[in-house]
Amino acid sequence: MTTKEPIGRFRFMNEQRVNLDGFATPAPELGLVAFNGPNDPAPSLVITDGRITELDGRTESEFDSIDSFIAIHGIDLEVASEAMAIDSLDFARRLVDPNISRLDIVRLASGMTPAKLAEVLSLLNAAELVIAMTKMRARRTPSNQAHVTNRSDDPLLLAADAATAAAFGFRELETTVPVAADAPSNAVAVSIGAAVGSPGVLVQCSVEESAELALGMRGLVSYAETVSLYGTEQIFIDGDDTPWSKAFLTSAYASRGIKMRVTSGGGSEALMGGAQKCSMFYLEARCVALARAIGSQGVQNGGIDSAAVAGAVPGGVRSLMAENVMVMLRNLEACTGNDALMSESDVRRTSRTHPIFIGGSDFINSGFGSIQRYDNMFGPSQWNSEDIDDFLAMQRDWGVDGGLRTADEEEVARLRRRATDAVTAVYSWLGLGDFSAAWADEAVDAAGSKDITSGDLMLPLTAARTIMDTNVTMLDVITALAENGFDLEAQRCLDMLKARVAGDYLQTSAIFDEGMNVLSLVTDPNVYSGPGTGYQMTPERQQQVDTIRQQRSVADLLSEQQSFVNKNISELGIAEVSYDPRDVVIGVSPATGKDIWVTLSGLSVADAIGELLAGLEEEGCVGRIVRINDTLDLGMIGLTAARLSGSGVSVGLQAKGTALIHRRDLAPLANLELYSVAPTITRDLYRMMGINAGRHAKGATPEPVRNPYSDEAIEARYHTKVVSLVAIERMCVNSQHPQTLVVT
Amino acid sequence: MTENQKGFSGKQVSEVTVEAIRRGDITLDDVRIHPDTLAHQADVATANGNPQLAANFLRAAELTSLSDEMVLGYYDALRPGRSTAQDLLNIANTLQAQGAERNAELFRQAADVYARRGLTAK
Repeated sequence: MTTKEPIGRFRFMNEQRVNLDGFATPAPELGLVAFNGPNDPAPSLVITDGRITELDGRTESEFDSIDSFIAIHGIDLEVASEAMAIDSLDFARRLVDPNISRLDIVRLASGMTPAKLAEVLSLLNAAELVIAMTKMRARRTPSNQAHVTNRSDDPLLLAADAATAAAFGFRELETTVPVAADAPSNAVAVSIGAAVGSPGVLVQCSVEESAELALGMRGLVSYAETVSLYGTEQIFIDGDDTPWSKAFLTSAYASRGIKMRVTSGGGSEALMGGAQKCSMFYLEARCVALARAIGSQGVQNGGIDSAAVAGAVPGGVRSLMAENVMVMLRNLEACTGNDALMSESDVRRTSRTHPIFIGGSDFINSGFGSIQRYDNMFGPSQWNSEDIDDFLAMQRDWGVDGGLRTADEEEVARLRRRATDAVTAVYSWLGLGDFSAAWADEAVDAAGSKDITSGDLMLPLTAARTIMDTNVTMLDVITALAENGFDLEAQRCLDMLKARVAGDYLQTSAIFDEGMNVLSLVTDPNVYSGPGTGYQMTPERQQQVDTIRQQRSVADLLSEQQSFVNKNISELGIAEVSYDPRDVVIGVSPATGKDIWVTLSGLSVADAIGELLAGLEEEGCVGRIVRINDTLDLGMIGLTAARLSGSGVSVGLQAKGTALIHRRDLAPLANLELYSVAPTITRDLYRMMGINAGRHAKGATPEPVRNPYSDEAIEARYHTKVVSLVAIERMCVNSQHPQTLVVT
Repeated sequence: MTENQKGFSGKQVSEVTVEAIRRGDITLDDVRIHPDTLAHQADVATANGNPQLAANFLRAAELTSLSDEMVLGYYDALRPGRSTAQDLLNIANTLQAQGAERNAELFRQAADVYARRGLTAK
């Protein structure tokens, strides 16, 4: 077979980033199928003498350990018969019916088997999933979680980045380690940084199950998330756990007053070669049922590390979102994935997240990489610090609360300095290590660990060992903070310890607001019954979402223009009609020489005029600058100028840079040449327009100039400025006669 | 947050201040949850439609009196291939004797299912 080079259209398409992604032909026997795997059972439930004796097609003696745990603990027998008898399509419709309450649905769902809920949710299309998520999530107020990690476990950078993440609004921070033994140091550094950034920010350090619990017991972290569940027994055992060990671990966390949720996600079983011919979604339905059965308050799912596996098959991205909704149906906290990067394409990764962003979840991302991609020790996230401004703009575009807010640069700089100061003081006071001033300065300024050259790579490990060997607890960290003048941070860390005593944040979907109030299923329940109900932003929150640092007002533009004021454009008096055939009038707009000094291309208005004059001079013509005061319409400016012009030809120029050549016998909106895209007009082009105007004046043949072409989003970049500049022009319009100007 | 709440040690949480920590008057047991509080949270979970979460809180209440090492040890005993069925039943008996009935039941269930599914120590 000869290989033939594809035609250009396909060579070009092949080069696009989306084609770096892997797309799989569904392989049901390998579990590479989103819904309806060959071994997915039909829903079934048999209760004998108050005991479940058949679950989703398997009898009691055939139960694996997952079935057994769900059968013993996971199904509410009081509603099971009623719930299983409901037609799946009927129940699916209730999920999007605003007149049926969330409470009714979660009551019935608690009596449904994994296969039943999988069948129900597979019936919802994408738009219906958004509505179901809006209605079914546990907590009314949406929120978000950040990853805070770096390549070297640099404690100063971790603390500075934790404070930064808190400033941007994240309410949970998750760290992890490239070097396992560094974990205690990371936990301390991120906890301090979080306390610098905001009260009530929850912190976790994702490491091996026992090690993570041990950190929690010392008070060094305030929640846990990486307690993994799997949908087949084989993979569960490969993960070195059973449903019983996970149930015990769940209680162990609660026994120390520590919030926890479990982690699962479709595709993980297929990835590990143990899907047993079941679909990703059905296996995830087992995980979610098990999560409820073991008494976890919440689940992180939506693919997670295997999101790209689901993304590779038809309907896979929809199944990821359906997983999240299933968690909500089980009346649990939903931390909705969107963490592991599932596509090289910005379009695809946005498409994957956007419905969840709109529907709103307890945590939109179960790890928005608040640091740069290369510093994310979980691997690049679906969203990273590269994308924070995009996310803020998306919140503003849609009026959606995605949990983030704009952070002021000066404030972030102050927080980063305070975070590095606090870590420096605590590590020194506890004998964990000493940081140089140069290191701290770099950490404050750094956009990522590559910006830090003064670090001591051994320090984190030494610090971590000392924390373990000398049994440092959060009480010691609080003492060290207080002893060194960080009273505010000491109090915030103490408040997180006290929260464990109260235990209110153990309830479903709990976060703290900045006043240390618990927002949860109990205190802030989501009640959605159609438009105008459910979560509504407060005016203050709306203001945060609407106000991004890049926005500019007319007043901002005016003062920016004022910064370019020069006195080299001056008025000479009323402009008269000329009879000199070499005379070409350059008609300029009302704000010229008054309020607008720089065109959209960044060239000064005076320089643009200078080039026009020079071009006219090259053709032996004499340019005359006349400000047309009574209109801002460029056609009318040009025509008015042409009527004053001895040659009958004119150049019209708006101060923002748009220019044309006009002639007195033309209609106002006609012209001989037009430069319409002001931001792209260079000095050379104004010179060329001057030359061509001169040729028109002499009756010679000009060489028409094409507008420069750009594939950039010129309109997105400049249209808001244009609106403001036009408004400024309008303020300058008056009934004065045209005035002659001179540029010196 | 309720300021008149007591920690595991019985100390009122209102007595736990930065100043008291600085003086060395506070231990981790003062900022650890009390089993009565977990029992209360179990009631809250039940009232909010999640009896499984309530059951978890009640198992947790039983574990509050166990040391960190004991808790981590029991967790390890439940991991696959670590314990024989008899080991698990022995732990169940120990827990039962300590009044940790719910956790004892969990270990008894595990002994049964692990034996059937080949998850016991070889």
